[in-house]
Amino acid sequence: MSGDVTGDVGSGPSRPSLRITDSTLRDGSHAMAHQFTEEQVRSTVHALDAAGVELVEVTHGDGLGGSSFNYGFSRQDELLLISAAREEAHSARIACLLLPGVGTVEDMRGAADAGMSVVRIATHCTEADISVQHFGVARDLGLETVGFLMLSHRASPSTLAKQARIMVDAGAQCVYVVDSAGALMLSDTQERVQALVAEVGRDAEVGFHGHQNMSLGVANSVLAYEAGARQLDGALCALGAGAGNSPTEVLAAVFDRLGVPTGVDVQRTLAAAEEVVRPYIPRMPVMDRPSIVQGYAGVYSSFLLHAERAAERYGVPAHKILTRVGEEGYVGGQEDMIVSVALELLEEQETGVRGDARRPGQT
Amino acid sequence: MGKVRAAIVGPGNIGTDLLVKLRRSEWVEPRWMVGVDPDSDGLRRAAALGVEASAGGLDWLLGQDELPELVFEATSAQAHAANAPRYRRAGIQVVDLTPAAVGPFVVPVVNLDEYQDQPNLNMITCGGQATIPVVAAVSRVAEVKYAEIVASIASRSAGPGTRANIDEFTATTARGIEVVGGARWGKAVIILNPAEPPVIMRDTVYCSLPAEHDREAIAKSVLAMVEAVREYVPGYMLRAEPQFDDPDPRWNGDARVAVFLEVRGNGDHLPTYAGNLDIMTAAAARVGDMLAKRKRGTVG
Repeated sequence: MSGDVTGDVGSGPSRPSLRITDSTLRDGSHAMAHQFTEEQVRSTVHALDAAGVELVEVTHGDGLGGSSFNYGFSRQDELLLISAAREEAHSARIACLLLPGVGTVEDMRGAADAGMSVVRIATHCTEADISVQHFGVARDLGLETVGFLMLSHRASPSTLAKQARIMVDAGAQCVYVVDSAGALMLSDTQERVQALVAEVGRDAEVGFHGHQNMSLGVANSVLAYEAGARQLDGALCALGAGAGNSPTEVLAAVFDRLGVPTGVDVQRTLAAAEEVVRPYIPRMPVMDRPSIVQGYAGVYSSFLLHAERAAERYGVPAHKILTRVGEEGYVGGQEDMIVSVALELLEEQETGVRGDARRPGQT
Repeated sequence: MGKVRAAIVGPGNIGTDLLVKLRRSEWVEPRWMVGVDPDSDGLRRAAALGVEASAGGLDWLLGQDELPELVFEATSAQAHAANAPRYRRAGIQVVDLTPAAVGPFVVPVVNLDEYQDQPNLNMITCGGQATIPVVAAVSRVAEVKYAEIVASIASRSAGPGTRANIDEFTATTARGIEVVGGARWGKAVIILNPAEPPVIMRDTVYCSLPAEHDREAIAKSVLAMVEAVREYVPGYMLRAEPQFDDPDPRWNGDARVAVFLEVRGNGDHLPTYAGNLDIMTAAAARVGDMLAKRKRGTVG
């Protein structure tokens, strides 16, 4: 499972299988400004289920309990969407995301009652210990568990591996390297996945979640697989935060060509993307100046629409807001800082002095 | 009559920072520091400052010839739940800095007057002390159906207790927003940021507003409240003017105000970035001063 990718194309009948989790209805919630309707959820789950996708994630983009002023309110109650998804899924199972600090154990219980069977618990890549409580409850509820180490580019492979160990010891059955900013450069992905595989061994699987901000989502996913990842995320039509996720339909096609069993039917996945999802997307994810800057500056992808809205309101370019957000080191969940940064940049435009220069002691 | 005799129970970082603050008080004399670990740095530090320090726990404290009139408890929710009845029997008033919530929630600038005679007062959470004053400032001049706060703190300032039970922070803070802040419904979010050098505590407060509202009155009320908090937390400040959003169909036709706060600590025992810990100890010291004034018959 290591070695030259191109040399392996189409070769060998017995490559280890891979589980593709589709996050169209969760990461895509960012790109949809959390406006998914029940009908869209039903048709998407129906199509993914028919295509053989095993796991379908359905949640507000910022996880259970994410519907808020700060992240944007969901158009429809997430428990309603989860139970609708559950009804449409005949063989697929439903996953939900939960960010401790945003969502709670109570939210997890509600989602489990509504039909969630896998919970994916996400923390910033160095803060895994805030998830211990949630993994414990998840296992008590009989849920399958996945740990999500967000903004993985911000931690070295060895640090990331130690954080993965905390999640596994707490009850995670798989831990993901999550490239929330689309900032990992090929070997960065490989080194992180290798470090996690070496650390968790047979105790848990390793996964990878990619973004397309610098166009490397699929390439990173292939390298992650070669490095030992056995779970990968995608979204139909790349529908996700920033420039979007690794497209599920491309992952299906690529791994089919690589001879890696995924259980996903390429033609049906292509149909799901083209005929079900594309028609309802108001704005296709695109690699444009702000989203590329997100990958380049290492900024959490879901900040994109928030930065665009602040840019429009305050007359400061979105890419400048995102660059500053990267410099300040804000992490996932700090969407509130985007308006604060926009106001700071606006003041700087007017005074010609950088904000932090006016705040002695601020570093 | 002299100052009010006080003990701090729990010689960790919070207890030690509180000791530094109480030593400056004109009304409260921190005479005892109590722990259970003989190797505690906090006990050593307290003893070096001339405070009677003991690892003998509450048994030792309650066995003293003269008892404290006021106890500040900075242990854990579990320890405080066990200790609270003992203080009560001994007739000692308690300011509780743990999340135990045995007594009513108190924010000194908002509702302390109502609870000065209660035997046990709870300080809610750091995020609550930072944001509830602003929710209250808005709700005293406009109807707030829903208030939401986002607290961002330096990773290094989040202790093992917070990390092990982060849901307790969000649930308790949300309840404080409702009960003390005056919002009909509250929500709280906490984010830990590991950036180096450590980030200063930031808090954002969002309040829903009726479509018809008086922006000037709201902004004025918020500014006055920030000044009132600055009396005991000098590093509490607005990072921008309150930002108003017009009524929006996504918010069921409500409007919104957003308030951006920064809380820089005083650097007493804890580093200045740990504004979250500083605002807890500063608010507790403030409550102590007000209770002490009342005990000595001086209207505060």
